[in-house]
Amino acid sequence: MVVRELELDLDAFEGPFDLLLTLVLKEELDLAEVDVAGIVVAFVERLAERGELDLEACGEFLVLVAALLELKARGLFPDEEAELADLEPEEAAEELARRLAEYRRAKEAAAWLAERLEGEGDRFFRLGPAPLTPKVERRLADQEPESLAVALRLLAAEPPSVSLAHLELRFPPVSQFLERFRALLSRRRVFDLDAEVEGMSRIEQAVAFLALLELRRSGEVALEQAAPFAPIRVSRAEAVVERRDEWIARSA
Amino acid sequence: MDRPLRLITASPVDRLARTLEALLVVASQPLSAEDLAVAADDDVERIETALRLVADRFAEGRSGIVLEHVAGGWAFRASREAAEACGRLFERPVERGLSAPGLETLAIVAYLGPVSRPEIARIRGVAADSVVAGLLERGLIAEAGREDGAGGAIRYRTTPLFERVFGLESLSQLPRLDDLGESTDEIRTRLETVAERRPA
Repeated sequence: MVVRELELDLDAFEGPFDLLLTLVLKEELDLAEVDVAGIVVAFVERLAERGELDLEACGEFLVLVAALLELKARGLFPDEEAELADLEPEEAAEELARRLAEYRRAKEAAAWLAERLEGEGDRFFRLGPAPLTPKVERRLADQEPESLAVALRLLAAEPPSVSLAHLELRFPPVSQFLERFRALLSRRRVFDLDAEVEGMSRIEQAVAFLALLELRRSGEVALEQAAPFAPIRVSRAEAVVERRDEWIARSA
Repeated sequence: MDRPLRLITASPVDRLARTLEALLVVASQPLSAEDLAVAADDDVERIETALRLVADRFAEGRSGIVLEHVAGGWAFRASREAAEACGRLFERPVERGLSAPGLETLAIVAYLGPVSRPEIARIRGVAADSVVAGLLERGLIAEAGREDGAGGAIRYRTTPLFERVFGLESLSQLPRLDDLGESTDEIRTRLETVAERRPA
């Protein structure tokens, strides 16, 4: 028999014992609401069903329930702990007996009420829509309407607009550079890209490079770079053709 | 000439009795003799005389409506012989599903009230929060101030509805606590017996 798997059906909790323990330890379930006697009854019933005395399970259960009871007692009487610790055993017994008597009387009174209810169950009477409970008056201190207005005015103010400047990336159109490079090439046969884009932003330089690739694709320019990171030399396409002709002539 | 049906004599007390019947039939809660005196614009003594007349007319076995003295006042209710029929039409929602913990808490509030939740918890050995909330919702108990000191716990007492549901004229009709249960001495004796039996 596994104590931790003991199924419980209490007012405050329904499920296996170990879940109850977990919830209590995580303080998600108020132990004060848990009927520990109900747990004991459930265990004893389970034990009786099995018909054999499982000493190991009993021992484990005893330890767990004792710990639960101690936790619960501490939770219920936080202030009285010190007070009770000072009591002599005899006084403590007296106190216990007094409390038991008090509780016993409350139970008897409840039994009397239950009996009374049974006897009076055939008395039907009219109840107004509102219960008879007298309204509890909760008086507020005198309030200034002006201070409410002040509070509202604070809330009603337009919030400052959030700056999105850091998110802004301006991409100049590629066409702008296409036109620029074509114009340049109509005046000069060759130019250095680095010299042309000097002083531009990183983004502008990138777009300029894209424009260059575009021109290369359409066969309008030839690109040359002597070494990695060396200046990129741009030349008009017919120049390349001419030079290739030269090369062909020379090699022939 | 039209002659009215003369079942009731037209004495002044009789007229007052009819006024009281009217007041009681429109009320949804018990009315004290003083309440009735103010409403009927008459003196309390004459009201009480007239009430006896009404009580005589509206008595169990004589009428389907019965006048009863309950919760510190007077109110009409259905006769007990009509209870079964009433039960088919209505239920008594206030006490439906009133649990044993609820009754225990109610008893503590009725006897010791005004009483706070921590006090109830101390006596019952279980937190009283949900039970107290349930009783509040049913209107059987109500807030009645706070304990002394800053942030004192809210205290509760029973309501007139509690007295009405339990058919009590007032809380003084509750039996004395001393007449209920064992005395402290008896419990102590039993504890000692158990202690002696326990192996050392």
